[in-house]
Amino acid sequence: MTPQSIPRSRRPLARFLFWSVLLGAALLAAVIVSSGLGFVPIGPGDVGRILAARLLDDPSRLAGMDPLLPAVVLDVRLPRILTAAAVGAALALSGTVFQGILRNPLADPYTLGVSAGAAFGAAVALLLNIGALGQFSVPLFAFGGAGATLAAVIYLSASGGGFSSNNLILSGVIVAAILAAALSFLKYLADEQVSVIVFWLMGSFAAKTWPDAGLTLATAIGGLLAALYFARDLNLLALGERSAASLGVDTGRLTLILLGAASLMAAVCVSVSGIIGFVGLLVPHMMRALAGPDHRGLLPLAALAGALLMLAADTLTRAVLPSEVPIGVLTALIGGPVFCVIFRRRQMAAIGGA
Amino acid sequence: MSFRIENLSFAYGTRTVLEGLDFALEAGRFYGLVGPNGCGKSTLLDLLAGHRRPAHGRILYRQQPIESHGRRRLSRELALVPQDFYINFPFRVEEVVMMGRYPHLGRFARAGVADWQRVDAAMARTGIAAFRGRLVSELSGGERQRVVIARALAQDAAWLFLDEATSNLDVNHALAVLGQVRRSVRQEGKTAVAVLQDLNLAALFCDELLLLKQGRLVTAGPTAEVLTAANIRRLFEVDARVARDPESGSRHVVFRVAP
Repeated sequence: MTPQSIPRSRRPLARFLFWSVLLGAALLAAVIVSSGLGFVPIGPGDVGRILAARLLDDPSRLAGMDPLLPAVVLDVRLPRILTAAAVGAALALSGTVFQGILRNPLADPYTLGVSAGAAFGAAVALLLNIGALGQFSVPLFAFGGAGATLAAVIYLSASGGGFSSNNLILSGVIVAAILAAALSFLKYLADEQVSVIVFWLMGSFAAKTWPDAGLTLATAIGGLLAALYFARDLNLLALGERSAASLGVDTGRLTLILLGAASLMAAVCVSVSGIIGFVGLLVPHMMRALAGPDHRGLLPLAALAGALLMLAADTLTRAVLPSEVPIGVLTALIGGPVFCVIFRRRQMAAIGGA
Repeated sequence: MSFRIENLSFAYGTRTVLEGLDFALEAGRFYGLVGPNGCGKSTLLDLLAGHRRPAHGRILYRQQPIESHGRRRLSRELALVPQDFYINFPFRVEEVVMMGRYPHLGRFARAGVADWQRVDAAMARTGIAAFRGRLVSELSGGERQRVVIARALAQDAAWLFLDEATSNLDVNHALAVLGQVRRSVRQEGKTAVAVLQDLNLAALFCDELLLLKQGRLVTAGPTAEVLTAANIRRLFEVDARVARDPESGSRHVVFRVAP
């Protein structure tokens, strides 16, 4: 490849548009197809009619259809589908932001232990029956757990000015192990509510409702907008803190705001659907390889790809596999080995360069 | 367009790094900052660039305390080339150089033709145009350092702070890069403040030297007056002979070691 073969400035935008249109269309198709998959199969045409009737408020489009079908799609499947897509998007965004702020491609809410912290906080709120804050008490306790865990992990791994990959991941794994033990202890204490804790440890989108979908969608969209506002600063931070500061970035404020936003996204996801690992880690990786590391394009693409992947995985376990495998188990079974490959490659690269 | 530093002190926690510095920097000169490892040179550059606040004393830039200038304005006028530069993400060379234009562009603005012209010029001057499309993560240390210098040139700031920016470069590229910096000083009226470990490079390029030891200013002045065997001994505790090259007129330093 000669240097001149890369026409500058135009290419990143074209690449971004190509992937965003492709992923957007794939996501839309996945929503429609997966709405038809399940115990009662429904064709994509009928799904389209049901959606059109609902969106256009035009019941005549349902003429001649089994009245059960709209209820299956609108009340059972769609809330779960949209929740899965929103959680996938929010986890991918959270991972992208963690990786950008910590300048570490192995960071994500799962490897940093933030998800486990959120699950612990949520379990405490639920078991102690803390209802003082109404329906938000579980997500708020999850956020508290996530924030405290993140602070502990950063404190453990900080050395000098930066975070080495290995320190950060090691600290995250240690803290997550302690939290998993604490969760198991809560499980032991919980008696009747054991199933809730187990659900948090493995993750699930079963029986999700429209309020769940609304909360996670609002979180994903809010998180995307916040991260996009700081996308250019994230690019500069990749050059190191001194360079970023010299280019006008208030690095302290940026770090605080974005770590808070990423933890909040992870906490809401965990409080709704439990611990689901590896999506936040792998999606930013794949999108960086496909469309480049510029956060202005990477963030929206990661959100789309995260939504698509999570929806595909949830549909796989809900409608394709003979029995429902917990989604967290599925993503770990698929994502874990991929993580191993990336980790090994980075270790080899570190021997060669750096 | 100048810096005045008055009774400046700085400490990391209880460890004092800089103490009682008083000096002024005039625009349009090439300054060299010389001293042993750990004498506070990098910290001084961070203070001058406005990234850190003095513990005591003050830094006046354009007659105003530096912290009274907005972050964004400073980022258009002061550029810093850090010593170590490692990037974990696969940005292309030209993308990194373009980041030097961010302070001049609105948060959501796209780079215009003029910005790309500055990026092209900066890449041409540092000799990296040939690999503009390569990933910075794949470059050698010296190539990467030239990319960072190009990024700072693209920033088009009036002041250029270089923190051992040529430490990874071979002599050919070090001379070329510092030559470009000197050209900016001479022809474009910029000011450079460079931390240099190589005394011969300092002798060759700097108009004035500031000698720093253990956080204090030992002496400062025109290179010809300050770069003496006695000062080198005070600073580094080594024996050296400083001679004048009859052809170029610049000084050079030869070290002597015990046999």
